[in-house]
Amino acid sequence: MPGLGTSFGRGGATTFQQDLQNSDCILIMGSNMAEQHPVGFQWVIEAKERGAKVIHVDPRFTRTSAMADLHLPIRPGTDIAFIGGIVNYIFETDSWFREYVQHYTNGPVVLKPDFQDTEEGSGFFSGWNPEDSAYSIETWGYNRSSGEATAGKSEQQADVSGDQAHGAHGMKLKGGQPPDVDPTMENERCILQTVRRHYARYTPEMVAEVCGCSVEDFLKVARAMAENSGRERTSAVVYSVGWTQHTHGVQNIRGASIMQLLLGNIGRPGGGVLALRGHANIQGSTDIPTLFDILPGYIPMPHPQSHPTLDTFVELNGPDTGAWGNLRAYMVSLLKAWWGDAATEDNDFCFDYLPRINGDHSHYAMMLKMLDGGVKGMFAVGQNPVVGSANSKLMRLALAKLDWLVVRDFQQIETATWWKDSPEIESGEMRTEDIGTEIFFLPAAAHTEKDGSFTNTQRLLQWHHKACEPPEDCRSELHWIYHLGNAIREKLKSSDDPRDRPILDVTWDYPVQGPYDEPDAEAVLQEISGYSADGSFLDSYDGLEADGSTTSGSWIHCGIYKDGVNQPARKRPHTEQNWIAHEWGWAWPKDTRIIYNRASADPDGKPWSERKKYVWWDSEEEQWTSLGDSPDFPPTKAPGFDPPRNAKAMEAIAGDKPFILHPDGTGWLYAPTGLVDGPLPAHYEPHETPFVNPLYAQQQNPTRQVFPRPENVYNPSDGEPGAAVFPFVLSTYRLTEHHTAGGMSRSVPYLAELQPEFFCEVSPALASERGLEHGGWATIVTSRNAVEARVMVTERIRPLEIQGRQMHIVGTPYHWGREGIVKGDSANELLGIVLDNNVHISEYKVATCDIRPGRRPRGKERLALVEDYRRRAGSNA
Amino acid sequence: MSRSDSYYGQPVIKEPTWTWEIPMYFFTGGLAGASAGLAWLSELRGDDELARRAWASALGGLAISPLFLISDLGKPSRFFNMLRVFKVTSPMSVGSWILSGSGLATGVAAANAWTGMFPRTSRVARPAAAVLGLPLSTYTAALLTNTAVPVWHEARGSLAFFFASGAASSAGAAAVALTPPKYAAAARRLAIGGAVSEAVTNEVMRRGLGMHAEVYKAGPSHVFDNISRACVASGAALIAARGRQSRAAAIAGGALLGAGALAARWSVYKAGFGSAADPKYVVAPQRERIERGESRGATRRDAKVSAPRRDLATPATSDGR
Amino acid sequence: MSHETLAWPDSYGDKAKPRMGFFTDTTVCIGCKACEVACKEWNQVPMEIEGFSGKSYDNSGDLHANRWRHVKFIEEARPQNVLHVDSEGLATYQEGDGLRWLMASDVCKHCTDAACLDVCPTGALFRTEFGTVVVQEDVCNGCGYCVPACPFGVLSKREDDGRVWKCTLCYDRLKDDKEPACAQACPTNSIQYGQLDDLRERAEHRLARMRAAGQDEARLYLADDDDGVGGAGAFFLLLDEPEVYGLPPDPVDARRDLPKVWTAAAAAAVTLGAGLVAAVFGGRE
Ligand SMILES: Nc1nc2c(c(=O)[nH]1)N[C@H]1C(S)=C(S)[C@@H](COP(=O)(O)OP(=O)(O)OC[C@H]3O[C@@H](n4cnc5c(=O)[nH]c(N)nc54)[C@H](O)[C@@H]3O)O[C@H]1N2
Ligand SMILES: Nc1nc2c(c(=O)[nH]1)N[C@H]1C(S)=C(S)[C@@H](COP(=O)(O)OP(=O)(O)OC[C@H]3O[C@@H](n4cnc5c(=O)[nH]c(N)nc54)[C@H](O)[C@@H]3O)O[C@H]1N2
Ligand code: SF4
Ligand code: SF4
Ligand code: SF4
Ligand code: SF4
Ligand code: SF4
Ligand SMILES: [Mo]
Repeated sequence: MPGLGTSFGRGGATTFQQDLQNSDCILIMGSNMAEQHPVGFQWVIEAKERGAKVIHVDPRFTRTSAMADLHLPIRPGTDIAFIGGIVNYIFETDSWFREYVQHYTNGPVVLKPDFQDTEEGSGFFSGWNPEDSAYSIETWGYNRSSGEATAGKSEQQADVSGDQAHGAHGMKLKGGQPPDVDPTMENERCILQTVRRHYARYTPEMVAEVCGCSVEDFLKVARAMAENSGRERTSAVVYSVGWTQHTHGVQNIRGASIMQLLLGNIGRPGGGVLALRGHANIQGSTDIPTLFDILPGYIPMPHPQSHPTLDTFVELNGPDTGAWGNLRAYMVSLLKAWWGDAATEDNDFCFDYLPRINGDHSHYAMMLKMLDGGVKGMFAVGQNPVVGSANSKLMRLALAKLDWLVVRDFQQIETATWWKDSPEIESGEMRTEDIGTEIFFLPAAAHTEKDGSFTNTQRLLQWHHKACEPPEDCRSELHWIYHLGNAIREKLKSSDDPRDRPILDVTWDYPVQGPYDEPDAEAVLQEISGYSADGSFLDSYDGLEADGSTTSGSWIHCGIYKDGVNQPARKRPHTEQNWIAHEWGWAWPKDTRIIYNRASADPDGKPWSERKKYVWWDSEEEQWTSLGDSPDFPPTKAPGFDPPRNAKAMEAIAGDKPFILHPDGTGWLYAPTGLVDGPLPAHYEPHETPFVNPLYAQQQNPTRQVFPRPENVYNPSDGEPGAAVFPFVLSTYRLTEHHTAGGMSRSVPYLAELQPEFFCEVSPALASERGLEHGGWATIVTSRNAVEARVMVTERIRPLEIQGRQMHIVGTPYHWGREGIVKGDSANELLGIVLDNNVHISEYKVATCDIRPGRRPRGKERLALVEDYRRRAGSNA
Repeated sequence: MSRSDSYYGQPVIKEPTWTWEIPMYFFTGGLAGASAGLAWLSELRGDDELARRAWASALGGLAISPLFLISDLGKPSRFFNMLRVFKVTSPMSVGSWILSGSGLATGVAAANAWTGMFPRTSRVARPAAAVLGLPLSTYTAALLTNTAVPVWHEARGSLAFFFASGAASSAGAAAVALTPPKYAAAARRLAIGGAVSEAVTNEVMRRGLGMHAEVYKAGPSHVFDNISRACVASGAALIAARGRQSRAAAIAGGALLGAGALAARWSVYKAGFGSAADPKYVVAPQRERIERGESRGATRRDAKVSAPRRDLATPATSDGR
Repeated sequence: MSHETLAWPDSYGDKAKPRMGFFTDTTVCIGCKACEVACKEWNQVPMEIEGFSGKSYDNSGDLHANRWRHVKFIEEARPQNVLHVDSEGLATYQEGDGLRWLMASDVCKHCTDAACLDVCPTGALFRTEFGTVVVQEDVCNGCGYCVPACPFGVLSKREDDGRVWKCTLCYDRLKDDKEPACAQACPTNSIQYGQLDDLRERAEHRLARMRAAGQDEARLYLADDDDGVGGAGAFFLLLDEPEVYGLPPDPVDARRDLPKVWTAAAAAAVTLGAGLVAAVFGGRE
């Protein structure tokens, strides 16, 4: 989540859902919260009951819109322009929170003279290198500083972009002080003025032209946000994948962060940017990642060339001020947790044992490589790419190139059964007997059948206890990975090959219990939490040492087993504590529910207002105190603390700098490092779009990742010949009744019956234009494939007026596939692979398509139909 | 898209789940009930030929009736669940007891009439069967009208008379058909009188139904109604004209009348389905009732308390909870 | 105790519990169907796939033997000027185009004057100590009488076993002092479970607030002891006429007309008797 990471320091929601009840205005945008996070949505309802204004900006009128005071439909993929318009409005009406901005953001910092904004570069920032299709970020830095390129990664090439995006930990700043600061913020080159200029062209009229809403409606939203922010009031922004699944997804979140910083809404009750995460544990799976490019706690994965030693790794990755200034302690403690006694000062704490990344191994990169025969085997554990990933056909063609595939799941999901009944079998493109992939299906235990934790959307870990043993051969992930590890170690036992040392030396000694030798999940939690030199449990990452005397499997989780107590298992009921419910579960870091909460007090440490009181400086006790949350600040650092010139790490954070993960302790209106596509958000059109970019000559995000090849053909976009063949905007989304790729819902009777068939939502206008009948069938076509869906004609979908044309949306939920109780075509058959280069997320939310009445042709004729479209459009491979 | 006066045109109430056995049961029950009365009265008058045959049709009707019921219920034991309780609020409960009682009494009476068995018991059983036969013929109307099905419920004053008429005509018809014409005068009077009454009460019921009468003019209900009218009219005419002379005419006329009474039950039965299936029959009259100010007020817009004065947003942060 | 019914509390004596029920506040229902699923899950109600209906997001039709909770979806587009967005934040129609999407979770009303219970010839339907209306599945004989008796179309027979099934107000859970499954699952507290007295009071305040906020279309449904079913154990706050939600606008329980029904049956029986006498004794021969 580099959008939040670069803006505030940590890649997690800044607040928690319960806190929404304190908001005076909630802007839900790029999220269908009521449908996808219904339990958390109760706090939005609660806020509404207390008088808050709830606004939903979404291309479709959804169950969230139904509860909102105002629903505003906009064209998918235009949120940067919309939020940009609000930022511009904030400047135009002078509604920004001056004192907050001055003390808590990098607004006063002066930029380098050679930085060029998009204004001068027709859509490009300075540093664009057309050969590599990448930016060199030297010119983006703070004036008179120089560390950005190293800290932000010198390797800007697209193929190794991941870690520098995630590890947005900032540049080196001596004593945590940017060298050139103008507290009046009047300097033309200071960030505040740069931001103001950048957004000057995002006028209400421009917003209307780009987004397809009226100027008045836009102004209602802008006004509501401005009026409900300041000392007395706070507004919150809620987003999820309606913002992230774009070729400029990260910049959507940056835009919201800038707006919230200007309005003084971060770190305060009722404020914040609430990222609503996906799967029950998706936040957990980035914190202690299942990603290829980071280590636990967002420590970057080392590179083969630039990180030969631990010292260089720390030197090149860490700003030395702020919380990241202790990177060495975090890293050494991690290595000690993993390799125990084998990790010593002399062998660099086994730093060499860590794998190195030498390329983009993200999901799509891997699948494309697989398609080219470059991957031999795959474990699909808790994932169903044949339904969930863009371009389903490409997924299947790739899987067919594997030697072996292991699928661990509850049921025979499509990723395990494509070999027998996929559309390619039906069309004759594949024959079962020709497929060489050997497929193993391993039944998985469900969460009720194993101990463990979920990290939910607000960084909160909650422990679940096993209710019963898993049936038959079903086993937990922990069981599988632990015993698989043992089997491998057994085989390697007598090896003296040095490359086997990491596996043989790893600490792999979890106690087992029960009839199936289930490893003790609490033992894993204890390892994650970490131990001090005397073997006692650590309280927090402040206690981690760089000398190898402490261990911690994830520094941000350090203290999760504080006092020998499984903190996530705390379940004190809400009736026995206040609304913060601090004794329910445990949130990283240090059990903090609103992070950066130092910002809820003014620079002197007093609450901004009585109504919005949360954390404040108790001058008698000389410490930070709060309504019941952990202060996200050194507990006894006085508000007036001024760090010495040579201070390092936390010592370098001044008493009025709440964003302690950033080297300068500020929230970043402008992100000098951390993002591949620019320090400020700029509106670019989606990869496939029926319109031209009215803001810049550059049509699309120049850094987006495209993979043109015969299996991944793109529709031509506006301006290109043949674009009219795919005149409509296709958008995909979820329904409350199903879950993602459907493996967990299409197979559950009670859910299956609620949404039994794949359908598309279209406006009455589009229906009459294309002869679509409510309740009948439609065929949706792109250059990738054609699918059939039942037709839902509804006024909830509205055509928008854009650039003098009517824009029609075809909306489809993406949950269906060929297995389960209810079956249907998958929306992902339609989408091509095109990614945001910061995080390699696919543009699921926008593409172009055509729609026609009736069911799709079967077998070979489906191919012929798609072929015909491609020919007419001149689709580009 | 929803229609504003209903939820996608879906029914508001459920159609009955009853199957074909139920109108058959209504018919056989009515036939048996009135036949028992006819039998006992004829006995009193000394018309033993007629009486014995009437007892036979009463017994016949009462023998088949429970079979229909059990067939509808699924298994015999389920019938006995009915006799766990006696509830006046449930015409079906009351009816079950009537059916049981009258079945018992009629059984004894008929056996006595044909074989001379149970001489003593039958002294009570005969009048009991005759008396129980009357509500046996009309409780089925109570059963239907005591539901939420508008076309039935709105006929709560008249349907019983229609059913009684049907019972009379069918009992008469059966006796006419079974009895040599010279002993069957009373049966003929009953058959023709019942038929006339059927026509009249049907008309009265329709008039009283208002908009609900529509359902009798459509679908299966309409078909059965036409059949019924035709059969009743022709059956009655045939009996009136030739019933006295010709045994064949008597049999044919009786059969026609019986068929007419049966079709009438089917018409009523089917009307209930049509009435339940279309929400307008539920909603429109209730709406009118509200507009006339005769509603008991299922909805209310005015609160019984006054709204508390609320200052802007009490933040959760300030009240500790 | 108030809201008395024929059999509650009297027939329970000391064992009577306070009358429990539901206040369903549809103004905060987000149509998540958690209630519908939780009910099926807890009560092990069989699956029933009815296919894509095109009726907004409602693909499960109506209440019946295999659906004891059912969430309805109504899409309404109305011209402007019905708008009331103010500081109380209680808007229902959207600003701008007057589009709204009503959602409401329907259930058995647990009527005070419960027609289903009245007509049940076996006593399978009974009034519990909590004042709720429950079918005992071991007694129900599938006579089907309760089906057309219910003025709300709640009951129907299950195809395979021929008996009727409906909401039990989670009788089993109530006996264990637990909240019904549907109410517990409801994230927004649209389904509020509790003592009927408390619920009615809460509902009055809610209605008052809605009205004060200019939400003139808000109304309580079945919240009064003197309404057509004697007040319901499960009552509702609606935002449009009941019929829009598929509910009867002015339901009455059949028992109200029972005297008339029996009088007619008796009178017809007597008339029939007279007719028989006339036929037998009235002849000239
Ligand atoms: N019931 C249920 N809950 C879920 C899931 C589920 O499958 N089912 N999935 C979970 C997962 S994995 C995730 S990631 C989350 C996702 O949660 P959400 O992000 O809420 O899910 P979506 O429905 O994919 O998309 C949200 C909304 O974005 C809108 N949208 C599309 N394009 C744009 C755009 O350009 N701008 C704006 N402003 N809006 C846009 C869509 O119309 C849609 O209403 O939900 C989680 N919760
Ligand atoms: N068109 C389109 N495509 C999308 C999106 C979109 O909005 N539009 N959204 C994207 C998003 S945000 C997401 S998160 C992905 C989701 O896509 P996937 O992750 O591919 O899909 P899921 O169905 O969530 O797959 C999870 C699988 O894990 C299994 N599972 C659950 N628990 C366990 C367990 O404990 N152990 C094991 N071994 N298996 C388990 C489930 O049965 C299920 O089959 O889809 C993406 N794809
Ligand atoms: S499924 Fe779980 S995570 Fe999602 S809303 Fe429900 S309770 Fe929350
Ligand atoms: S709603 Fe129907 S089923 Fe429920 S108690 Fe009332 S009459 Fe009986
Ligand atoms: S079907 Fe069952 S519950 Fe309904 S009335 Fe008959 S016996 Fe009673
Ligand atoms: S109270 Fe129980 S039985 Fe009734 S709807 Fe709710 S969950 Fe279902
Ligand atoms: S659980 Fe609550 S919010 Fe969800 S559909 Fe049911 S009543 Fe509505
Ligand atoms: Mo997700």
